[in-house]
Amino acid sequence: MGNILEVAGVEKKYPGVIANRDVSLLVREGSIHAIIGENGAGKSTLMKTLYGLIRPDLGSIKVFGQEVSLKSPQDAIALGIGMVHQHFKLADNATVLENVILGSEPSRFGFVVKFDEARKKLLEIAETYHLDIDPDESLSNLGVGERQRVEIAKVLFRGAKILILDEPTAVLVPQEVSELFDNLRDLVNKGLTVLFISHKLDEVLSIADDITIMRQGTTVVTKKPAETNKKELAELMVGGELPRPIAGIQKRSSESILSIKGASYSRFDGREILHNLNLDLHGGEILGLAGVEGNGQSELIELIMGLLSPSTGSVEVLGLDTSTTQTRDIRNAGVGYIPQDRQRDGLLMSAPLWENRILGHQFATPMARGIWINKNAAAQDSKRVVEEFDVRTPGVNVLASALSGGNQQKFIVGRELSGAPKLIIAAQPTRGVDVGAQAIIWDHLMKARSSGAGILLISADLEELFSLSDRIAVIYSGSIVSVLDPSMTSPEDLGLAMTGAKTA
Amino acid sequence: MATDTKKEVKPAGKVKTFFKSPARITIFIAVIFFVLALVESLTGSTDISSPGTSGATLRFAIPLLMAGLGGLWAERAGVINIGLEGMMIVGTWTAAWFGYQHGPLMGFVAAAIFGLASGFFHAILTVKIGIDQAVSGLAINLIAAGGARYLSGVFFPPVGGDRTVSPPVDAFPTFTIPIIAPILEKIDAQDIFFISNLAGILHGLTKDLSLVTVALLLLVPLTSWILWRSKFGLRMRFSGENPVAAESLGINVYRIRYIAISISGMLASLGGAYLALVASSVYREGQTAGRGFIGLATVIFGNWKPSGVFAGSILFGFTDALRVRQSESVMSLILVAGIIAMLLSIYYSISRKWKPGAISAALALVAWWIHQRVDVIPQEFVTVFPNFATLIVLTFLAQRLTPPAMAGMPYRRGSE
Amino acid sequence: MKKDKVFWATVAPLAAVLSALLLVSIILSLQGANPIEIFQVMISYGFDPRNLVSELNQTVAYYLAGVAAAIGFKMLLFNIGIDGQYRMGAFFGAVVGAAVSLPPVLHVLLIVITAMLAGGLWASIAGYLKVRRGVSEVISNIMLNFIAAAIIAFLLGEDLLGILPEGSQNVQTRPIPLSGQLPTFKMFNGEVYSFLFVAILVGVAYWIMLNKTVFGFNLRATGLSFRAARSSGVNAPGMIFVTTVLSGAIAGLVGLGTLLSDTYSYSMAFPSGFAFTGLSLALLGRNHPVGIFFAAFLWSFLERSAPVLEYEGVPPEIVIVMQGTIVLAIVIAYEVVARINLRQQQRAVGRVNVELVSDKEVK
Repeated sequence: MGNILEVAGVEKKYPGVIANRDVSLLVREGSIHAIIGENGAGKSTLMKTLYGLIRPDLGSIKVFGQEVSLKSPQDAIALGIGMVHQHFKLADNATVLENVILGSEPSRFGFVVKFDEARKKLLEIAETYHLDIDPDESLSNLGVGERQRVEIAKVLFRGAKILILDEPTAVLVPQEVSELFDNLRDLVNKGLTVLFISHKLDEVLSIADDITIMRQGTTVVTKKPAETNKKELAELMVGGELPRPIAGIQKRSSESILSIKGASYSRFDGREILHNLNLDLHGGEILGLAGVEGNGQSELIELIMGLLSPSTGSVEVLGLDTSTTQTRDIRNAGVGYIPQDRQRDGLLMSAPLWENRILGHQFATPMARGIWINKNAAAQDSKRVVEEFDVRTPGVNVLASALSGGNQQKFIVGRELSGAPKLIIAAQPTRGVDVGAQAIIWDHLMKARSSGAGILLISADLEELFSLSDRIAVIYSGSIVSVLDPSMTSPEDLGLAMTGAKTA
Repeated sequence: MATDTKKEVKPAGKVKTFFKSPARITIFIAVIFFVLALVESLTGSTDISSPGTSGATLRFAIPLLMAGLGGLWAERAGVINIGLEGMMIVGTWTAAWFGYQHGPLMGFVAAAIFGLASGFFHAILTVKIGIDQAVSGLAINLIAAGGARYLSGVFFPPVGGDRTVSPPVDAFPTFTIPIIAPILEKIDAQDIFFISNLAGILHGLTKDLSLVTVALLLLVPLTSWILWRSKFGLRMRFSGENPVAAESLGINVYRIRYIAISISGMLASLGGAYLALVASSVYREGQTAGRGFIGLATVIFGNWKPSGVFAGSILFGFTDALRVRQSESVMSLILVAGIIAMLLSIYYSISRKWKPGAISAALALVAWWIHQRVDVIPQEFVTVFPNFATLIVLTFLAQRLTPPAMAGMPYRRGSE
Repeated sequence: MKKDKVFWATVAPLAAVLSALLLVSIILSLQGANPIEIFQVMISYGFDPRNLVSELNQTVAYYLAGVAAAIGFKMLLFNIGIDGQYRMGAFFGAVVGAAVSLPPVLHVLLIVITAMLAGGLWASIAGYLKVRRGVSEVISNIMLNFIAAAIIAFLLGEDLLGILPEGSQNVQTRPIPLSGQLPTFKMFNGEVYSFLFVAILVGVAYWIMLNKTVFGFNLRATGLSFRAARSSGVNAPGMIFVTTVLSGAIAGLVGLGTLLSDTYSYSMAFPSGFAFTGLSLALLGRNHPVGIFFAAFLWSFLERSAPVLEYEGVPPEIVIVMQGTIVLAIVIAYEVVARINLRQQQRAVGRVNVELVSDKEVK
């Protein structure tokens, strides 16, 4: 078996960010090749490059030994490369068959779709690769696992020889994962090649033939599962050493300001997102919440903010039961909230900064006086935030959308830290911001802790978690699986806990 | 980890499966006719099943059908067309003017061309420039209404000082289906229970038919065929359901929307032409009378399916026909509806579906009450029956409807 | 920055009006008329004092419709139901006004409140369907407009709430007694509805509510970003419902100028088409009370000076074409201006970033 795909020296820069540098990858024909790494390690950029969605600045890509230049997904498809996106691109109001053939319909006179022929071809594919799908089923009746099979069938229908799966297990429950793995084995047994992106070490070790680790935009090393173990992989993923925790003044108070007892939450479709979750946060401490994204963090935040109600258990913030308290009252009690998706949840993008300063604080002085908005106070305080947090803007009348991401984030952090909140929910507070902004935000979070605030820090950035947290809780599949002391914990242990290995 | 959630719960869709099987639909329709015959023989009124009513129903239904199909084409491709009313006006005016100049056939051709252009205009505004679909549609309604009135003033010779009416246009030839129609007429005259009622209805549909009517009716199966059998139809549906997915597979969503919305304009315009050339023989100001909006309603009522749009326009055309003909027959109709609701409630009770059973029973009672207490249903309410029915469908069956997922949403090329 | 904003806010509507004038000129030329001459005739007729009065009175109704639409727009609601809401308001205002006898001021107040309640309640159907059932307010309101017209036509029946005055063809409600009528005041030698002041008051209240109060802030925030508003503690679905009702309540006032100072009763002769007019004016006036006022006056001016075109051999309906064109042009123009604006601000921010390397002063 030769190498079906060879990547050498690929580099991709964006203004201020190096997404990929010196990436090298050899993929053997007929193998399952896993690519692992932290969020932001450059996996997605590499996959998009291979699928023709991103054009690299430097480097070469060879498919079947031929140097190629991929300008669009169409080029990639023509070369036999197919991609199964993490977010499915399917239409509910159509059948499986229609979803699969769209864009490559076999047709008579270029107009009449030969559905029988297409169905036959799809059934052959399903038969060959043991994909359990019914061509005539409506997509709206399918669960997540079945949808993923449809996406795989879509790629195979186009004659792909190399399949790229972007975090395929992120949305699946365990049985669906094992079904998927059976399918993937069938695919490689029939001579196809699978490139598989993942976070989860257990899965990677059980399915992959080769494992390439990426870190900080580059490929570190390629290992065989037999020659390695979880511990080593975790170490390689996060890098050798991590910064030591900054010794702040510890003034942990005895009163609990956030107390979650046995909280569970099920989505409208019955899927349980949070399961019997317990968490306790005191004033004057930063509790880090580590975990791979999609393990229930977003829902947990919404429970705390009173935007969702738990199906069982209780969530208490500053003595208020969040299931019976309105979000505005929770905020008024002294809760600052830095949302993960700042542009959607944190800002009015087409409103000026001074109005954005009011957002979330419109129910209390000084931003409001009775039923009136206090524009002067808002403008004044916006100027203070702009100065204290070094927000780069010509003034506070500028629209939020005109600022860069990092400056938007600094503004949000400044806003949420004003008025001396007692509890701060900080979700990915430094994601996508430059190093300077990161330092400012970290500095202010530490200051808030010193002045007695309790901070729940939800982050995918291990460096951030180790630098700031007094304790780190690990969330996995909707439960807290362990609570660690960062000074006594190695990054590997944390990595293991995050990927679901039962250690503590 | 939640190990018990193996698969997501599949929606049951009882109503859907009931109406899906053709045999059951046939039975259902037969029951309706049977009840109708029963009521007519009891009350002695025969207007509902008279050939006049069924013929009028068809004539009233066609413009609604064309507007509805127009709305369907646009929405299936992902753009809501509130400009249907205006595009119908374009059709009435151009059909009358070109029909007056060059004969009715050219009237239709001109209506098709100008309708296509008006649809294309809507497409430029909503697809290319990306302005709000409702604003564009409403502006088209306004411009078409004002434009038609302006052009009437400029072009139409004053008929008795009236600038709001065009000179009469030659009528299209009509034909009566030989052998069948006369036989049906005879049966109708026999006054046999059920059979004669049925024959009366069919007689109305087979005599004095216009070729145009038949041709336009064929657009229903044609649209179905294009939507579900052709490559263009498949791509058009995905442009409305998930344009991002379509674009990611190399489909030019913009081009598909251009074509679909242009055809939408053409269909609505042909509906207008029918009003001017077949249902009457002149253009008259205000002739469309909100039919574009009712067409929009048939799209919802018909759950975005050509056959559904057809059923909706027949139903709404029927209420229109009754309104024009005889208000008393509406009362018989309410009795028919009441009896059917009662039968349904029995059916549901037997199959232990208590909620729909109770609702049908309540409807039956309401119908009975109205029949007992009210002498004549005010004409105003008969007129807005389509609007009311649509609102009810939206209120109670919104969950069962399957509109194109992205219809009405702005979409820019290259967005995620 | 402030100057810039004003500049762009005026240049877009002007460009829209000019492009509509251009299009109409082309049409007129094709017809063989001289556009300049036609416009001159329209202006001299439209600014004739006598016509100014009727324009002003028409402006009152249009203005209120525009404000009703603007409140909806702030919530991204397309209140095409203004037509039905206005009818409901005017009709029930007339019915209640004729049925009671109260001291003068109270009587008028009762009519005004009834009209707002009727309009608001009617709008609440669409609001409920939107928030609870996910039904687009455009479709439900179109249907509700037809239904409102039918209900009123039915209730106007002679054996119900309507009467047929002698020598008239039109059924109408019983007339409102003197205590429920609003006087007119003299201006340009004509009778101007004093409801004009109510309209102005509504405009001022609208502006203050939107820009100065917490409620207005929450309303705008929900319109700008449903999710951000929700995260900030606003009951966003509730805001959508309340806004719908509020828009309907204002729409309920649209017909009151005519009702209280001119006809004193509701009849089928009350005009329709306020919904699209209101939406157009809100678009043209950029949801700003002053902008809407100018737009409403422009609309009334065009309509009231249109009949004179008849004498010039031009069908007056050309004015409708012009209005439609203005609306399209304005929407396109704002689309363009919004893009230019953002680019300008981004450039300004970029400049600050460069300056800050050497100078940390932030203004």
